[in-house]
Amino acid sequence: MQDGLNAWQLIASGDATLLAIVQLSLVVSLSAVAIAALVGLPLGALLALTHFPGRGVAIVVLNAFMGLPPVVVGLAVYLLLSRSGPLGGFGILFTPPAMVIAQAILIVPIIAALSRQTIEDLWLEYRDELTAMDVGPAGRVATLLWDARLSLLTALLAGFGRAAAEVGAVMIVGGNIEGFTRTMTTTIALETSKGNLPLALGLGLVLIALVLAINAAAWSVRVWSERQAG
Amino acid sequence: MRAPISDLPVIFDRVSMVAGGRTILDRVSTTIEPGEPTLVVGPNGAGKSTLLRLCMGLATPSDGRVTWGGRADAKPTRRAFVFQRPVMLRRTVAANIAYSLAQAGLAREDRAARVPRLLAQVGLSELAQRPARRLSGGEQQRLALARALARDPDLLLLDEPTASLDPAATRSVEEIVRAAASSGIKVVMASHDLGQVRRLAGNVIFLVRGALREHVAADAFLNTPSTPEAAAFVRGDLVV
Repeated sequence: MQDGLNAWQLIASGDATLLAIVQLSLVVSLSAVAIAALVGLPLGALLALTHFPGRGVAIVVLNAFMGLPPVVVGLAVYLLLSRSGPLGGFGILFTPPAMVIAQAILIVPIIAALSRQTIEDLWLEYRDELTAMDVGPAGRVATLLWDARLSLLTALLAGFGRAAAEVGAVMIVGGNIEGFTRTMTTTIALETSKGNLPLALGLGLVLIALVLAINAAAWSVRVWSERQAG
Repeated sequence: MRAPISDLPVIFDRVSMVAGGRTILDRVSTTIEPGEPTLVVGPNGAGKSTLLRLCMGLATPSDGRVTWGGRADAKPTRRAFVFQRPVMLRRTVAANIAYSLAQAGLAREDRAARVPRLLAQVGLSELAQRPARRLSGGEQQRLALARALARDPDLLLLDEPTASLDPAATRSVEEIVRAAASSGIKVVMASHDLGQVRRLAGNVIFLVRGALREHVAADAFLNTPSTPEAAAFVRGDLVV
């Protein structure tokens, strides 16, 4: 119980170190969602609307990659970005951009796979009508992405949840450097292993509260938007 | 931007349609000319929808060919289609019409002026900002008509647009269709409702089990049907 009380005090006092950690976590994960959306939504639409040999295999692989182990993604990005790696020249290993890249790779399959399903279902409904209106391929993608926006928001939230919760990838490519690449999850892991349970617990609560707040905001947008356009 | 060339006449030249081993249309040859509305009638499963889809270019014949104004390329720039159950885009009523205008190649500033006119034409002005998917069945069908008319078609195809509507909603749809026809748009409409044939048809295409039995003036079809199936249909007997 004592630990719990300390955690609340820490949150209530608005500790500067704590705020910096929370801020970095949010910036990294939200940037990763933004980048993954730019890649994953068109990829999902492409898979939903095109037919090519091996499409079934591509979909199975994509669905399986929704469960990519974060440590494996972290390791792969580490190898790419390390000094001797192919992208080592950028010198971004152990910086926030490396963490954004790792998380984006982790959640592209989630966003692409969920949006593929959503867009494919909507396409079945819209196909005749859009064909009759002579809508071209680019117009179809744009129409389907826009009309499925409420369901796609859920795919983005799933991606955000995954990014915010993972520890393995950011730990490996960020290095958990204090004041620079330390996020909520890496801090929780570190402080727990050091036995500093109040900070670990406090951050855990903040993390859950943030994820809840973002989901609540998304839900409000959804309800409002449904009222506007059905 | 009106295309200079017309899609009419639509010529079916020995058109067959086979799907899943079943013959849906069997060597249909006919010509759809400009003029009074053509009603495509026949029992369920006669091939009415397939004939309309071929007419739109939504389907490709298994055999034979369809030409539009002498051209075989099927780009539907001057044709519009109203489905039995139209899909409402997840947008407002006005945005559904604006979307169709945009697809027809209308510039943004011209769209703003045409949306209210189309809304008025189908009696949906009051509901402009409503989400389209919240409309009643009859209102949705009228919105589908507005979307179709937004394409400035010279051929308007309708697949049993009133099949699931009550008499009041049916009447408002028929009024819009009649107005479109008298403005010079060629209407081709599937129906299995004899009353609708009496009210709208200039001529009738009568299909039974995928075969074209008659394509004659509505008067002739209703008063002196030349095939036993048509006679039975006009009498109100069940034709299967």
